[in-house]
Amino acid sequence: MTRYGVLAEVRGLDGLADPEGLAVERALPALGFAGISEVRVGKAIRFVVEADDEAAACAVAGQLCEKLLANPVIERSSVSVPALADQADRAPGAEAPGSEGAGR
Amino acid sequence: MSGRPAVAVVVFPGSNCEFDVAAALGSVGCRAELVWHREGSLAGFDAAVIPGGFAHGDYLRPGAIARFSPVMAAVGELAASGAPLLGICNGFQVLTEAGLLPGALARNAGLRFVCETVDCVVESSESVLTAGLAPGSVLRLPINHFEGRYCCDEMTLHRLESSRRVVLRYAGDPNGSIARIAAISNDAGNVVGCMPHPERAVDELLGSSDGRQLLESFAAAAARRRASAAFA
Repeated sequence: MTRYGVLAEVRGLDGLADPEGLAVERALPALGFAGISEVRVGKAIRFVVEADDEAAACAVAGQLCEKLLANPVIERSSVSVPALADQADRAPGAEAPGSEGAGR
Repeated sequence: MSGRPAVAVVVFPGSNCEFDVAAALGSVGCRAELVWHREGSLAGFDAAVIPGGFAHGDYLRPGAIARFSPVMAAVGELAASGAPLLGICNGFQVLTEAGLLPGALARNAGLRFVCETVDCVVESSESVLTAGLAPGSVLRLPINHFEGRYCCDEMTLHRLESSRRVVLRYAGDPNGSIARIAAISNDAGNVVGCMPHPERAVDELLGSSDGRQLLESFAAAAARRRASAAFA
């Protein structure tokens, strides 16, 4: 079993109005940012999953999203296992996906 | 079994309307009792109310964690048996997260926390909250929420509308809810989720007593439930 640092992203469904994203977007011109659009605010949730391989870790994380982290009526979710440098940075105790360094 | 109907008022860490709800239920003839969320049974209760507040701090999403509290299995069983079940505000959010009512409550359009008394139109008298009220009648009820924008897909909306499960509709548009929905019920009408707070409108001193009619309807349904249980 390997410990995988997983990142779950939860955001509103595309068709659903996102007032928070809109508020952020409207604030940008005042700060001098131009040409930024389609701002969507969601959640990023990190955790460590013990699994045989990265695919298994993502499968468990996907189930966690379905059952708790996201409400499928209004939200969508995606999971990923960020690259090694990012892992060491943000998920202490998590090992790299695959000890051979599977190219991520 | 006789006497006043027994109504469980479910309390989560972060609930904050339980005492108002219990007092309002008492004023319409119920015996309301606070039940902590770790209770596993609602035996002996004729009905239940999930009051407003911020169950489990509203962490993740309103109702997302509350749904897994031990008491929720008993709440589900009570609802499945046909007993009256009412979720008010955060309680409505809990019921949708628990899958006892369809749809979800998202952040208000406009990002404004809404705290005002608004006109709500009775759409259906086929729920435990509105039996005996004439469809079309207008009630002045307080709303007090940040995540009150009712959302559902088109098919669910069609089902709700065609089976008269939209219980209350805002006369205006305070939060961007689809079809201005303020309260809905399940198919049988015994489970109702309601964003407005009827318990805060039970006396003219509070600015409106219109919520009283709703709670009287709920109390009558609980009393019927108690009477039928006595013969079971």
